[in-house]
Amino acid sequence: MRIGVVTFPGTLDDRDAARAVKYAGAEAVSLWHGDADLKGVDAVILPGGFSYGDYLRCGAISRFAPVMTEIIAQANKGMPLLGICNGFQVLCEAHLLPGALTRNHELHFLCRDQTLKIENTTSAWTSNFTKGQEIVIPLKNGEGSFQCDDETLKLLEDNNRIVARYVGENPNGSRNLIAGITNERGNVVGLMPHPEHAIDSLTGPSTDGLPFFTSVLTALVGK
Amino acid sequence: MGKIVVDVMLKPEILDPQGKAVAAALPRLGFSFATDVRQGKRFEITVDGDVTPAQIAEVEKAAEVLLANPVIETFTVRAE
Repeated sequence: MRIGVVTFPGTLDDRDAARAVKYAGAEAVSLWHGDADLKGVDAVILPGGFSYGDYLRCGAISRFAPVMTEIIAQANKGMPLLGICNGFQVLCEAHLLPGALTRNHELHFLCRDQTLKIENTTSAWTSNFTKGQEIVIPLKNGEGSFQCDDETLKLLEDNNRIVARYVGENPNGSRNLIAGITNERGNVVGLMPHPEHAIDSLTGPSTDGLPFFTSVLTALVGK
Repeated sequence: MGKIVVDVMLKPEILDPQGKAVAAALPRLGFSFATDVRQGKRFEITVDGDVTPAQIAEVEKAAEVLLANPVIETFTVRAE
């Protein structure tokens, strides 16, 4: 299995995402934002960081990068696609996922270990979790407050499209404590916290992030 | 040279933490007039010659796809 990890100018977490892919047992393939070639990968990860310096809005410029045209086309055909943090912002700007990520309600940049509850275990990136499982992975962002209109929120809730929720106090003002969502088909997932930083107890708070990366291999084998 | 101005504002129902922070700072400086502050963005776009209705229409299209995010923001376009 080959999983592409995209690097935009300003991406920070591409190396950790590639490392997580390797830990899961797949081959990580570097993809460059300016290159429309996906090199035949089976799935793609948009990692965290500050692509294009977060200019205009987080993810607003990255969405139009040459590599994104092909990623959007393949995701619409069912290719698994995971956006972490800035990657989640890119997916919302690209309209692959509904809603938007706005400034944290207390304005502070957050960096901490965060407890999440996994709510959806049918998406391509969460099938190796158990429903209701609580995990601890790092959360680090300044613009992580998930916002959408009431109609969209109801659609997400009613169709089991909320992948993970924050446990405890709302860290950033996200509606309904939303930490991650999926599209209708379940192949595209956006997640604000960082599972790629929690795959080895030497370098992270837990190994709770690893199932995101093994889940997609299960999904690809099952196809 | 003509100038086209695009003003982008968060929709009223979207929380604006930056505006709130500004609103909280004003009374600390002795300014007591504000009951609320909302913070937005202004784009000034320069074009050759006088602004034409066709250029305004083009800028409106650009605002819809790039300058604003219609999920959370509204925008106005005008010649100045």
